[in-house]
Amino acid sequence: MASAVSSLSRSAGPAARPLATRDAPWLRYLLTAVALGFLALFLVLPLVAVFAEAFRRGVGAYFAALNDPDGLHALKLTLLTAGLAVPANLVFGVAAAWCIAKFTFPGKSLLITLIDLPFAVSPVISGLIYVLLFGAQGWYGHYLDAEHPWLPGLQAWLIEQDFKIIFAVPGIVLATTFVTFPFIARELIPLMQTQGNDEEYAAITLGANGWQTFWKVTLPNIKWGLFYGVILCNARAMGEFGAVSVVSGHIRGETNTLPLHVEILYNEYQFVGAFAAASILALLALVTLVLKSLVEWAHARRHAASAAAN
Amino acid sequence: MSVLARNLTKTFGAYTALADVSLEIPTGKLVALLGPSGSGKTTLLRIIAGLEFADPGSGRIDFHGADVTDVPAGKRGVGFVFQHYALFKHMTVAENIAFGLTVRPRRERPDRAAIDARVKELLKLIQLEDLGARYPAQLSGGQRQRIALARALAVQPKVLLLDEPFGALDARVRKELRRWLRHFQREIGVTTLFVTHDQEEALELADEVIVMNNAKIEQVGTPQEVYDRPASPFVIEFLGNVNRFATKANPLPGAGSDVLYVRPHDVDILRDYHGEHGVRVRVQHVFSAGNTGRVALVRADNGDSIDAELSRVRLAELNLLAGDEAWVVFRHIRLFPAGGFTERDVATEDATPAIADPGQGI
Repeated sequence: MASAVSSLSRSAGPAARPLATRDAPWLRYLLTAVALGFLALFLVLPLVAVFAEAFRRGVGAYFAALNDPDGLHALKLTLLTAGLAVPANLVFGVAAAWCIAKFTFPGKSLLITLIDLPFAVSPVISGLIYVLLFGAQGWYGHYLDAEHPWLPGLQAWLIEQDFKIIFAVPGIVLATTFVTFPFIARELIPLMQTQGNDEEYAAITLGANGWQTFWKVTLPNIKWGLFYGVILCNARAMGEFGAVSVVSGHIRGETNTLPLHVEILYNEYQFVGAFAAASILALLALVTLVLKSLVEWAHARRHAASAAAN
Repeated sequence: MSVLARNLTKTFGAYTALADVSLEIPTGKLVALLGPSGSGKTTLLRIIAGLEFADPGSGRIDFHGADVTDVPAGKRGVGFVFQHYALFKHMTVAENIAFGLTVRPRRERPDRAAIDARVKELLKLIQLEDLGARYPAQLSGGQRQRIALARALAVQPKVLLLDEPFGALDARVRKELRRWLRHFQREIGVTTLFVTHDQEEALELADEVIVMNNAKIEQVGTPQEVYDRPASPFVIEFLGNVNRFATKANPLPGAGSDVLYVRPHDVDILRDYHGEHGVRVRVQHVFSAGNTGRVALVRADNGDSIDAELSRVRLAELNLLAGDEAWVVFRHIRLFPAGGFTERDVATEDATPAIADPGQGI
């Protein structure tokens, strides 16, 4: 039965196929081969090279390189930075998208432009902004100077903690947050704009307050877009090099993130170590991509289910 | 008066959406707010709901005698139904209906069992008892709109407001749901205001029709009043089809040429006519499909087109073909002086409902 059906569909195949795909077979295979070849050359090969180089001296050397305390510290710092920058952008991104998509106010288009700013400027400039602001010679460079008091209690506490921004972890987190700000807001604004305000209005006329409307109506509607934005934001936060490089000061075991660590090791001809660290970054990226595909798949499935039921 | 709105003005920048509008909605009545798009009807509805506010310092809104001008939407006690349903997609039908009750502060919230009972009661009322566990995406447009209505009614609103409630539905479902809504509203007796741009819908459904145009109310009356005694050229042109002529001979005091209106069903076609008020016409097209027969005619003297509507029996008697010559006489004519409508209701003065003695010569 099954074979009968398949042979039937095969015989009906060519005639039923739309015109656009009736190109000569060699042309189809050639185009596919070109596309796949390009992908292999520019995406797969470098990835393979990273792992090949990392394992060049064997599995033992690879794990020994990974066990390097500076490398482990860099990994921890990278995860910490992403762990702080992503939630901050989650809150700010949702807030910005919410007020842009659901309200009208003067200066709205200016705000949208400002949100795009981190995409428009070079990451190096983004890092430099913070050096100019909080560096020793910067506008707010004297924030630890007791002769320039600003908020006495807090300043005293910061002095006591020897709280540094530039060439320290806070600067790295600030620069990363700045560079990755648009990801979530940019993902949500068009989504929320197409959804319109009717559901929120319905909730409000039914007596829900603003908080209830947000949690029970708005958030469930933007859930998938938000996941997607968080994943992209996280990928960039972990991989950011330029801005972080300017503010970090490259202090080993203290202010080196993974991307910076890779660079240092490579410059010191420690190729196995450099590629081992790079392989960790690549793995983090792969995990992110898998997560992204999962989110898209789950979303599409929900969509298909509701469409089929319709 | 259940809803009383006085002197509402709303501007968006340089655009005026409402210009000093006042209206009254009697308790328990079903009132239609009818007008073309851009006439301000939706803005008026949203201001009554509290989703928008009139310009600062303008106007006042009372519900059952209590001033609600500055009361936010959630505390006004209105039920609002949207054109595109605005159901919460991620909630089941039952959760949608229960929403207004579950978001209440703990002290005022009914317990779980009471909410379930209310949801069940409403599902029964809208005749969708078995669909409580479904999601909105699994339902048809007509079912979704009924659920939106049940959701709005769950909180026992003082006033029910519907914004183009049938606008997103196809013709057959629209007719069905319209009829259903009329019975339903009579049954529960909640004061209801609905916005529509469909004159047929307004005339069939409403106890009272408010006709809006250009940020103002043109006329308020029962469907029969606004249809039979339109207060302005806009109303007569907006409510149903009408033939429009400019008259040269002006039978009433007033400067310039006036505009004269004849409804297609007030046009009679005759094969032969020997009186003095007939108009010589040529038949352009005969539409014989449908409930009534329609004939497109062209005046022999100046080429103006005239639409006539007659019963199919009469159409068969006449046996008209495209290209035939014939006469028309007008049973009923409505005249508005040029330069805008004056307070004088000229319409009642010139009505001459007899074929033998049609209206003023044109």
